[in-house]
Amino acid sequence: MEKFVQIEKVGQTFDTKKGKFIALRDIDLSLKKGEFVALIGHSGCGKSTLLNLIAGLTKPTTGALICDGREIAGPGPERAVVFQNHSLLPWLTCFENIYLAVERVFSGKEGKAKLKARTQAAIEMVGLAHAAYKYPHEISGGMKQRVGIARALSMEPKVLLMDEPFGALDALTRAKLQDELMKICDKTQSTVVMVTHDVDEAVLLSDRIVMMTNGPAATIGEILDVNLPRPRDRLVLAHDPAYIDCRARVLEFLYEKQAHVEKMAA
Amino acid sequence: MNTLTLTQDFPGPGAVDRKPPAALAEPVTDSIKDKTMQKSSAPAVGETATPFAETLRNLFRSALPPVLGLFLLIGIWHVATQSGGAIPSPGTVWDAAVVLFSDPFYNNGPNDQGIGWNVLSSLQRVGIGFGIAALVGIPLGFMIGRFKFLSDMLNPIISLLRPVSPLAWLPIGLLVFKKADPAATWTIFICSIWPMIINTAVGVQRVPQDYLNVARVLALSEWKVITKILFPAVLPYMLTGIRLSIGTAWLVIVAAEMLTGGVGIGFWVWDEWNNLKVEHIIIAIFIIGIVGLILEQALILLARKLTKEAA
Repeated sequence: MEKFVQIEKVGQTFDTKKGKFIALRDIDLSLKKGEFVALIGHSGCGKSTLLNLIAGLTKPTTGALICDGREIAGPGPERAVVFQNHSLLPWLTCFENIYLAVERVFSGKEGKAKLKARTQAAIEMVGLAHAAYKYPHEISGGMKQRVGIARALSMEPKVLLMDEPFGALDALTRAKLQDELMKICDKTQSTVVMVTHDVDEAVLLSDRIVMMTNGPAATIGEILDVNLPRPRDRLVLAHDPAYIDCRARVLEFLYEKQAHVEKMAA
Repeated sequence: MNTLTLTQDFPGPGAVDRKPPAALAEPVTDSIKDKTMQKSSAPAVGETATPFAETLRNLFRSALPPVLGLFLLIGIWHVATQSGGAIPSPGTVWDAAVVLFSDPFYNNGPNDQGIGWNVLSSLQRVGIGFGIAALVGIPLGFMIGRFKFLSDMLNPIISLLRPVSPLAWLPIGLLVFKKADPAATWTIFICSIWPMIINTAVGVQRVPQDYLNVARVLALSEWKVITKILFPAVLPYMLTGIRLSIGTAWLVIVAAEMLTGGVGIGFWVWDEWNNLKVEHIIIAIFIIGIVGLILEQALILLARKLTKEAA
């Protein structure tokens, strides 16, 4: 299927005390199956708003969103979200957090043993089998985020939505998780939309980078195709002219064409 | 609460190999945690030479101020009652208490029963009134917290009725139930229900949006949302409500029983006033205080246990 996710003329307006606030306007974008797309832009440009629209957590003021031939009417497990702050339930162990998702999606068709096996597989995929029975407060931030990814992937979603999943992590942990995510996506052929403000992350991970103009009334500024062969290795890419070129073009967009962010914020 | 559980030993099978072999960053944070754990537990276990003396000293240090305070109170009381007057001295009260507690469960008819029976029947009224209030108030609080319409509808009523002294409801209870005993229980019900409704509702409203988003993305059933997300998240708030309720209920029962009569610690206080046995009134004050303290501490203990399990 060529157009797996379609976003057509989507606009989002919020009612605030000061009147209407136009967050997004005229968003047109379609995603192919198995594609990894990064949304990048300065803070306040509506990246997360767009992600929430695809997730179905909010409804667009204008336009329509379609996923796999059906209009997105609300949130659902076929569009799993990895939240910025992991959002694990603190009273459940890592295993139970994932099991809650697995049970919801597959309990109609599969027995308990199969559900547990699925949960175990998900937790092993992110390399956390040893921490399965720990509570979220007993593990590090990077591990929590991995559990969040495992929870999302365990549902076998059509689209994986990630809202700055590694934003709160230190650089070393982030790099490690990026590598892991690339491997997992290679294996599962997931369709991914990731919000990020990290240029390197966007270039390294994605097939296309959607660059957004500054808010209010943000929209898509440019779309950059990242034609780098997979699997990708960050050390090799560091000297790759194509990689450096992509990186430069995103930086140009962010810091030349959309550089007035400080003024907007003030 | 959280910091307490943070430094606990890790339960479950994961505890054996804590350090992920492949992970780069995690062992670093783990070892930091280990260090802080050792540091915080160092003074308790630290000097292996005299651990017993250490605990004894700690015990002495923590017990000294309260004991001193109690002695001071009794001392002032003793000096104040030295020159005679209506208030009995500590010695007189002690003697009366010894007689009173030597037979706490005698029964000479409805108006003359041992102090044990009086306390127990007060506790029974509190238990029943409070129990019904919990059965009604906690689900109601959940619904008020969950549905904005209901909250907008009921909040003005709650705000209006909450500041009313529960004793003002006593005549209504007498009118409806035609008997003193259920009327007193009714008063307890009224005074305990507000903190439970309000705290539960606030707890539900403060459930982090992240958790609710998880529920929405997973499209969990309402039952799963309640049992897996709302209930554990609200539990600490609910327990606070329960603790406040019990405290108020124990305050109110004394006053309610003074008015309704029958058997109960409040009635007993009034009865002893009529008999002019002031030393018994002072004993009653101590009993009421001690029972209230025990109730409060028991609930704090329960809350700690439950939230530790839930956290």
